[in-house]
Amino acid sequence: MELLSGADMLIRSLQDEGIEYIYGYPGGAALHIYDALFRQDKVKHILVRHEQAAVHMADGYARATGLPGTVLVTSGPGATNTITGIATAFMDSIPMVVLCGQVASTLIGEDAFQETDMIGVSRPVVKHNLSVRHPSEIPEVIRKAYYIASTGRPGPVVVDIPKDMTAPNERFEYAYPKKVKLRSYSPAIRGHAGQIKKAVDMMLAARRPIIYAGGGVILGKASGQLTDLVRKLGFPITNTLMGIGCYPASDKQHLGWLGMHGTYEANMAMHHSDLILAVGARFDDRVTNATEKFCPGARIIHIDIDPASISKTIDADVPIVGPVDAVLKEMIALVKESKEKPDAEALAAWWKQIDEWRAFHGMRYETSPDVIKPQEVIEMLHRLTGGDAFVTSDVGQHQMFAAQYYKFDKPNRWINSGGLGTMGFGLPAAMGVKLTHPDDEVLCITGEGSIQMNIQELSTCKQYDLPVKIINLNNQSLGMVRQWQDMNYESRHSHSYMESLPDFIKLAEAYGHVGVRIDRKEDLEPRLKEVLAMKDKLVFVDIQVDRFEHVYPMQVARGCMKDMWISKTERV
Amino acid sequence: MRRIISVLLENEPGALSRVVGLFSQRNYNIETLTVAPTEDETLSRLTVTTSGSDRVIEQITKQLNKLVEVVKLVDLTEGPHIERELMLVKLKATGSQRAEIKRTVDIFRGQIVDVTSSVYTVQLAGDSDKLDGFIQAIGTSGVLEVVRSGVSGIARGEKVLSL
Repeated sequence: MELLSGADMLIRSLQDEGIEYIYGYPGGAALHIYDALFRQDKVKHILVRHEQAAVHMADGYARATGLPGTVLVTSGPGATNTITGIATAFMDSIPMVVLCGQVASTLIGEDAFQETDMIGVSRPVVKHNLSVRHPSEIPEVIRKAYYIASTGRPGPVVVDIPKDMTAPNERFEYAYPKKVKLRSYSPAIRGHAGQIKKAVDMMLAARRPIIYAGGGVILGKASGQLTDLVRKLGFPITNTLMGIGCYPASDKQHLGWLGMHGTYEANMAMHHSDLILAVGARFDDRVTNATEKFCPGARIIHIDIDPASISKTIDADVPIVGPVDAVLKEMIALVKESKEKPDAEALAAWWKQIDEWRAFHGMRYETSPDVIKPQEVIEMLHRLTGGDAFVTSDVGQHQMFAAQYYKFDKPNRWINSGGLGTMGFGLPAAMGVKLTHPDDEVLCITGEGSIQMNIQELSTCKQYDLPVKIINLNNQSLGMVRQWQDMNYESRHSHSYMESLPDFIKLAEAYGHVGVRIDRKEDLEPRLKEVLAMKDKLVFVDIQVDRFEHVYPMQVARGCMKDMWISKTERV
Repeated sequence: MRRIISVLLENEPGALSRVVGLFSQRNYNIETLTVAPTEDETLSRLTVTTSGSDRVIEQITKQLNKLVEVVKLVDLTEGPHIERELMLVKLKATGSQRAEIKRTVDIFRGQIVDVTSSVYTVQLAGDSDKLDGFIQAIGTSGVLEVVRSGVSGIARGEKVLSL
């Protein structure tokens, strides 16, 4: 057997795990590892400008590919800078391994230079964390970390590695374990057959059914099965913000997404349904509105890999714990062989009602002859990219507009921080996508507030040649904050106006990129076409949009699903 | 409702902090907590008493089960069970009080485990209500110091919590 140092074992373990890219930033406690990285060329390292961005990059990569991302940072500030990124991945169940240097084990607890208890600090925002206590454990710890991160309900795993564990002068036998044994961790591999049967019987007997799909469908790679089931049943389907792309948005059975800024028809159909099939969704507060008023006439079937997601906020009548793809497959088989068929008459009446809600056109905005509306920028981008781009976003109004008006037909293409709502996510996430999808169009739709939270990464983009397109919907204020202040605080715009914004064009140019400003409506289409034609350039497009626009529909606070503002003046 | 949840946990550094952290992080409350290694040295057994609605208790057990280091758990209050708590109490014991205290200790089936001219140290085991009852019977004015172990529990009958 080969003898390797801890640092070499770590890098070799990453190779054996099939890791192609890691994102990181070196520092004292990680230097042995960085030296081992230097002496090989299989695992490629991307040097970011701030550790938070490394995590978002790994996250963007994971969301686009379905594979776990990998981050490498040093101890202390290097490690604590990753926390926002880790929390972002945790809330959205993104598989990821974060390798953190740590001061030597002999110094732990002595307030050594750059010492932080990363195991303690990260604990509430990780799926699990592990620390290396002997160099010979490294292959097993790494194998465990990836196994835990990517199975069951995925999530981030932190590995804390004291510097003496990677010392170059001590060598140990290296073998990468094929399997991990964890007696206390065994995610469900199939759903309960009896429960699935019961659910299918309920579905076939329903008169006003709706399917409510979430990010779990994308994480569980079950879009195919979901689409198949939805088409077989002929039921309407809505999905969450995280589930966008799990079912083609252009299909007639799709009602758009639901919740706080969801479509009128999706929220109306949910409220009036008699049966909800929830698939890989978690009934969070941005979907349900007031839980006690949630869908009063509906019985609920809930499929989730995580038992703790079931009956957490809304009680399920039929809980099914299991991987969504396996459960949906069984459901499809049962529907096929069942003698019962969905009640065609009831379903036709239900669709007639839904089509009436659709005809109400809840998702509408007023255009203006001279001011550029943020919504029309997104619609135009959708048209110009053939609806086929990877779109990352930051957090705020632009995020909602992007999700509402860019119609995604494929999974893994809409990449946003849904659970934590992390500003500064969009650019590094787009970089992570572009790195592994060089021939695809990657748009980062952002605002002048969010983009400034990780703008230093324009430098990383230059170093690694990552020609993403940054679409800055510039309304000169923190739009969503301002919208809430308009609606709830009598338009007292406390600290939501951004004074002294930088000249984004010059800023992009300073980093070696191209900057384009669009402030006249007639320029929008020709300039965007020019931008998209610059395939090998990062282009920062600063678009001056309507400063007073709001996102609608918007659910009325503490109301039920169907209580919505449709415009600044219309409430339904 | 008050519940006693018994957990088999990997006997590893940091495992306990995950359990305790989970309670504070998700706004559950801990009334008592005891933990010690078992006859299998790779496992610790942890007993926590808590209270909450059925929904909260269901979430507590599900969230505990989700922790990678939790091997198995049982809500003892779902079935017949035995609960015990150990208490050591220092009591002011002078003059006529000494005989009176001795009698009360006997009634509660406790033991006086240390004696000085003015102090008795009493050991008492039982469920939490019995320990409360003893303190009440003695009267708080005579109590100098109390230490309680927190609740340990085990199911009655054939049911066992093991791997």
